[in-house]
Amino acid sequence: MNSVTNVLIVGVGGQGVILASEILAEAALKIGLDVKKSEVHGMAQRGGAVSSHVRFGSEVHSPLIGVGDADVILAFEALEALRWAHCANRDATILVNDMRLVPPTAFASKGTKYPDDPFAELEKLGRRAIKIPADEVSRELGNVRLANTILLGSLSQRLEIPVTVWLETIEARVPKKTIALNREAFERGRAFLQ
Amino acid sequence: MKKLLSGDEAVAFGAWRAGVKFASAYPGTPSTEILETFARLPGIYAEWAPNEKVAVEVGIGSALAGVRTLVAMKHVGVNVAADPLMTFTYTGLNAGFVLVSADDPEMHSSQNEQDNRIFARFAGMPLLEPSDSQEAYDYIAYAFDLSEKFDLPVMLRLTTRLAHSKTVVDVQEETLEVAQRTFRRDIKKYVMMPIFAIPRHRALLERLASVQEESERSSVQNIEMQDSELGVITSGVAYQYARELLSTASFLKLGLTNPLPAEMIRHFAQRVKRLLVIEELEPYLEEQVRALGIECEGKKFTSRLGELTPERLAVALEKVGIKAAFAGTPTEPLPTLGRPPVLCPGCAHRAVFTALKATGAHVFGDIGCYTLAALPPLEMLHTCFCMGASIGNAVGVAKAGNSLKPIVAVIGDSTFVHSGITGLVEAVYNDARITIIIVDNGTTAMTGGQDHPATGKTLMGIEATRLDFETLCKAVGVKHVWRLNPLKLDDFEKSLRGSFLVEGPAVIIAEHPCQLYPIRQERVPMVVEAEFCNGCGACLRVGCSALLVTGELSSEGLPKVTIDSELCTGCEVCAWVCKPVAIKFPAAEEVMNE
Repeated sequence: MNSVTNVLIVGVGGQGVILASEILAEAALKIGLDVKKSEVHGMAQRGGAVSSHVRFGSEVHSPLIGVGDADVILAFEALEALRWAHCANRDATILVNDMRLVPPTAFASKGTKYPDDPFAELEKLGRRAIKIPADEVSRELGNVRLANTILLGSLSQRLEIPVTVWLETIEARVPKKTIALNREAFERGRAFLQ
Repeated sequence: MKKLLSGDEAVAFGAWRAGVKFASAYPGTPSTEILETFARLPGIYAEWAPNEKVAVEVGIGSALAGVRTLVAMKHVGVNVAADPLMTFTYTGLNAGFVLVSADDPEMHSSQNEQDNRIFARFAGMPLLEPSDSQEAYDYIAYAFDLSEKFDLPVMLRLTTRLAHSKTVVDVQEETLEVAQRTFRRDIKKYVMMPIFAIPRHRALLERLASVQEESERSSVQNIEMQDSELGVITSGVAYQYARELLSTASFLKLGLTNPLPAEMIRHFAQRVKRLLVIEELEPYLEEQVRALGIECEGKKFTSRLGELTPERLAVALEKVGIKAAFAGTPTEPLPTLGRPPVLCPGCAHRAVFTALKATGAHVFGDIGCYTLAALPPLEMLHTCFCMGASIGNAVGVAKAGNSLKPIVAVIGDSTFVHSGITGLVEAVYNDARITIIIVDNGTTAMTGGQDHPATGKTLMGIEATRLDFETLCKAVGVKHVWRLNPLKLDDFEKSLRGSFLVEGPAVIIAEHPCQLYPIRQERVPMVVEAEFCNGCGACLRVGCSALLVTGELSSEGLPKVTIDSELCTGCEVCAWVCKPVAIKFPAAEEVMNE
C-alpha cells in the first residue's frame, strides 16, 4: 500500500540540511511525483539539531515521516545520525557524514556525553550505517560547502531519481562558477555506494 | 504551473491572485514568510507594523477604504490584536479582510500553544482551515469572497506544520477580477459607541447565521464515503495524518470550521457506525459535535497537548481498538547528548549576559534570541512571558520591595518597539528603581532579520525615519540613558554597576549589530595559546560554539580549549573571562604567514 518513499535528512543548524532537502524535493517534483517536505525553521541557524522530512510518491498525505518509517536517513553529522536512528525502518540505510560536531553545551552535560564512536553505537542498535567521508573529500576538492553535494551524490544511489535530474536541480541551486566542482562532488559521492 | 510552496508562500501567492493590494504584519514564527513573500510581488503595498494590534488597525483602515487586505501574525499576536478584532466583527467592512493566524502546536518557537480556532468563534469570525499548501492557496481567494459576501473579517488558520511544509501547488498566472470600491462614511456601521454598537451586535449574529447556511453547502466541506463502520470528522493537517492511517474509513473533512455545518455533521454521523473526531490541541470540533447531541470519540484518545504526528495518532487509535495503517514502529529515541540552539558566535547578547552575571543582578527577560540566555551555561533570566513583559515584571519586583539585588529588564530593539514603550512609561511614572537594557542589534533577529521602526528601513526596502531610542527614553522622562557597545566589556560592566546606583529607572542601550542580519559581520578569529590554558572552563561557560574542548590536558588535569577559526568572530567575550589570559588575537606575523 505504501508507495511513498521517506527520506529523513538530519544535521546541525548551518550545515545545509534544509538546502539538501529542497534539492531532493525539487528533483522528485521534476519527475512528476507528489512531494511533501517538512521541517521547523527558527532555530536552524543557531547551532541546534535540524531535521527535514521529504516524502514522495504517487500521492502523499502526511507531511511527516512516521517514527520507524524512514527508508533512508542522510545524516550530516555522526551524533545526529544516532539521535534520529530510531526513525529508520528495519531495512533502511543510514548514510552518515564522517564528522563530529561536539555541542558547546556538552561540557555542562551531567548525563549523556558525546559518544567516542558513534558508528559503533549505530551498529549496536543493529542499524545499517554507511560512513561517507564527505567532509574530508570536500576539503580535498577545496571547498567545505561541497560536502552537501557529495552527500546528495551518495543518497542518489538509494533513490530512483535519474542522475540527470539530480544534476539539473543542483546546478540551478549553486553559483555558476562552481557547477563543474559540484558535478565532481556529486560523482565522488555516488562512488561511495554501489 | 506546479511549484513546491510552503503554506506561508501559498498564502502570499494566493492573496496576490485574489487581488489583495495591502498587507500588514508583525514578524512571528511561523507566520513571518507570508509578508516576506508577498512584499516581493508586483503592484502591492506591504509593511511591517510595530505590533499586531497596529497591523489590524491599519488593515481595518485599508479594508474600509476599499482595498482587499491581508493581515498575518503568529497565534499569540492575535492576543495583542484582540481589541480591534473583537469589535471589527460588529462593524464589518467594505473590501475583504483576512487575518492569517499561524498557530504553533508543540511550541516549536512560542511561549504557549493556544488554539486560535476558539478565538475565531469568540470574535465571530468565519474560520478556514487548509490542510496543505494547495488548499491554503485556494482558500485565501475563498476567504476574501466570504469576507465581502458576509461583511465580516475572516480568519484563515495555519499551523507550524502547514506554514513550514512545502507541498505541490498549481500556481495560476492571472489575478482574479475584483470589484472596485471606495470609502464611504457610515457612522452607524463604523462608530462603535453604545447606541450604534448594540444593533451591530445583533447584525453580527444575523450575518453569522448566513455564514452557517454557506457552511452547509460550501465546496470546502467534503464528505468522502468509504467503509461505513468508521467515520472521521477532521480539519487542517490532522486530516492528512488521519487519511493516511485510516485509508478505508469515511471522512467528513471540514475546511470552514466556524460556523460548523450542523446539518452536514448530523447527516454524516447517521451514515457511519462509529464516529471519531480527530483534531490537534483543543476539542474544538468535538465539543460542538456533542452539543448537537451526537455521540463521538475525540480527546478521549488524542491528546490536547502538542502536535499530532503519524506515530502519535497510530498509538492513540490503538488505545480505542482501531488498527491504523502505520508502517513505522513508535519507538523512543536513544538518550543522546542534546544539541540545544545557542547564541551565535560573536552575538553581543552574550557580552550583555556575561557582564550581568558578573554583577549578580536579578534579570527579567523578554521574547527574542536573548531568551536563550535562560538556559545553561548562561542561566541568567528569571522570566519570559510575552512581548514587552520584561519591563513590567521588573517594575513589579522592584515595587514589591523585598529584593536586595539590582533589578534588570532585558529587551530587544524590535520587542521594545512592539510592546516595551508603555512599560518604560510605567517605570518612569511610578519611579521604579530598575535598569532596562535595550539589547539593540538593529534587526528582528529571532524571526530571520526583519526591519522595524528603529532600523530606518521598511519591508519594501524604502528609507524610513529612524526611531531613536535615546531621544525616546529621554522624552518619556528617563533621566539616565547610556548608549554603549556591550563588546567593550570593561566599560559596559562599569556602566551597568553605575546604573544600579541611580534613583529611578535607568536605560542602557546596548548597541551592536546582529552577527547574521542584515549582513554577516566580518570575522577576525582569536586563538588559544595552549601553554597558558589551564582548562578551567570559564570560557566554555559563555556558551559559544566556536570554543571546542581538546583531548590535551592541562597541568591540573583539565581538558584544554581550542577555538574553531571558521566560527570565531573575535568578539573577545571568552577572552574577558579567561583568567590566565590564554585567548588572544594571533600575532601580526602569524596572520601574515597564513
